Amino acid sequence: MTALLDIRNLDKHFDGITALDDFSCTLGEGEILGVIGPNGAGKTTLFNVLTGFTAPDNGQVLLQGNNLNRLSPHKRARLGIARTFQNLRLIRRISVLENVLLCFKDQPGERLSNVFFGWGHCRAQEASSRQKAFSLLRQVGLADKANDPADALSYGQQKLLSIVCCLAADAQIILLDEPVAGIAPKMIDKILEMIQGLPKQGKSIVLIEHNLDAVMQVCHRVIFMDAGAKISEGTPQQVRDDPRVIEAYID
Amino acid sequence: MEYLLHVFVLVCIYAVLTASLDILAGRTGLLSIAQAAFYGVGAYASALLAVRLGAPFLLTVLAGMVMAIVISLVVSLPSLRLQDDYFVVATFAFQMIVFSIFTNWMELTRGPLGIAGIPQPVIFGWHVNNHADFMLLAAGSACCAYVTVHRIARSPYGRVLHAIREDEVLARAVGKNTLYFKVTVFAVSAALAAMAGSLYAHYITYIDPTNFTVMESILVLSMVIIGGAGSMWGPLVGAAVLVILPEALRFVGLPSSVAANIRQILYGGLLVVFMILRPRGLMGKYAFGKGGTGK
Repeated sequence: MTALLDIRNLDKHFDGITALDDFSCTLGEGEILGVIGPNGAGKTTLFNVLTGFTAPDNGQVLLQGNNLNRLSPHKRARLGIARTFQNLRLIRRISVLENVLLCFKDQPGERLSNVFFGWGHCRAQEASSRQKAFSLLRQVGLADKANDPADALSYGQQKLLSIVCCLAADAQIILLDEPVAGIAPKMIDKILEMIQGLPKQGKSIVLIEHNLDAVMQVCHRVIFMDAGAKISEGTPQQVRDDPRVIEAYID
Repeated sequence: MEYLLHVFVLVCIYAVLTASLDILAGRTGLLSIAQAAFYGVGAYASALLAVRLGAPFLLTVLAGMVMAIVISLVVSLPSLRLQDDYFVVATFAFQMIVFSIFTNWMELTRGPLGIAGIPQPVIFGWHVNNHADFMLLAAGSACCAYVTVHRIARSPYGRVLHAIREDEVLARAVGKNTLYFKVTVFAVSAALAAMAGSLYAHYITYIDPTNFTVMESILVLSMVIIGGAGSMWGPLVGAAVLVILPEALRFVGLPSSVAANIRQILYGGLLVVFMILRPRGLMGKYAFGKGGTGK
């Protein structure tokens, strides 16, 4: 399996706190990689480094062999890395549908000159985006909420929507930061089922989650990290049975 | 009657200014207090072109807008990399610089003496030389500004502006080059403010630096907030209220020295009252600023 994403020797320190300590790993195509570890282990920092919001002190992130280090967040997103946020970010005052529309890449209507001179062309493009957005929402059962403000959705539905947004962005790599934390069991099943289906659509996933059952259920491979370092890596079963992991979770 | 038309023209000119600030502060969340600077750039550019070179009205308006756009790029490319409050300070600094230039570059602007004898507009043979005609011109300009702002707001481009206002981190995470959006919307805002400036110069036919102080920027900001930032009619209503209300004071029979001071108190007082009791303004749906909620 060729590595889609190759993460090499990342270091990151915040004022003496070690968030990433010589962290390396790879992500294969169509893989669901779980990242677990206690709070403050550096999981979210890893996502921030991958998406370009935090610059690493050392190390490299390679996407299909190309070094991403110097690219800003929006450029990485356009290369096909999408993410959700632990503290759930959505544009709350616009509709559910518009949140999805916002995520499509390369929209001609987003160029200022086209607002004045390319109206017709953009309209057609916008209409087809709307169709696509609707069908994405229909697949997850949010179509009837399409015109409600995003704020009106339940917490679980908002998490679902944030994953739909990643799909709209047509990303090949989706980074999910605690997609099932704090939501109802029924919605957890729905979201997990959705995540499990993503590799079939050509997506590769990195999943941060505290809910170990969820991780065991969907992940192909799991990394346990603590204090910024990779402690254990393997199949979900191997990592769960690793004494160092057990120790860390009992502590 | 003349007087009523005069007030109406002022409302329209301020409506262009509030539209220009609303697209920036109300819809994108970029608080700028340099609106009077761009207003002044438009006014001085078109006044000087008209007085010194005898350029026709439409050309001077266009030149003022182009000049404002160019200056806005020079200002925004460095300053838009700054975060919220620092950006406000940067616009304030720019406002002060522009005001100093108006006041001190005697050869060009004649400093505090101002520029007199600005010709009234002639548009394809239409001599705009009375209040009624000017009312039409001003109303037309205000309509143009509003159509522009609403067209932008309803486009996919405007959707990204809204996203930047609410959550710039998310906008970047979904692949939007937020600097492009902020720089371009700042340019649009500057161009609209300059258009208002040209109108003002050709209407009053005399300008001096006191028309373009930071107080003017704050007045426009008050109009946007009181009317309702980011809403369809808010900026227009705000402009109307804050132009008409002080004018109404003239009829209360206060001596003019007192009235001028009361006006200043009125602006400040209204702003404070609105921020406390109705932060979303008269027509707005949401409170001004990024963290505003619907309540």
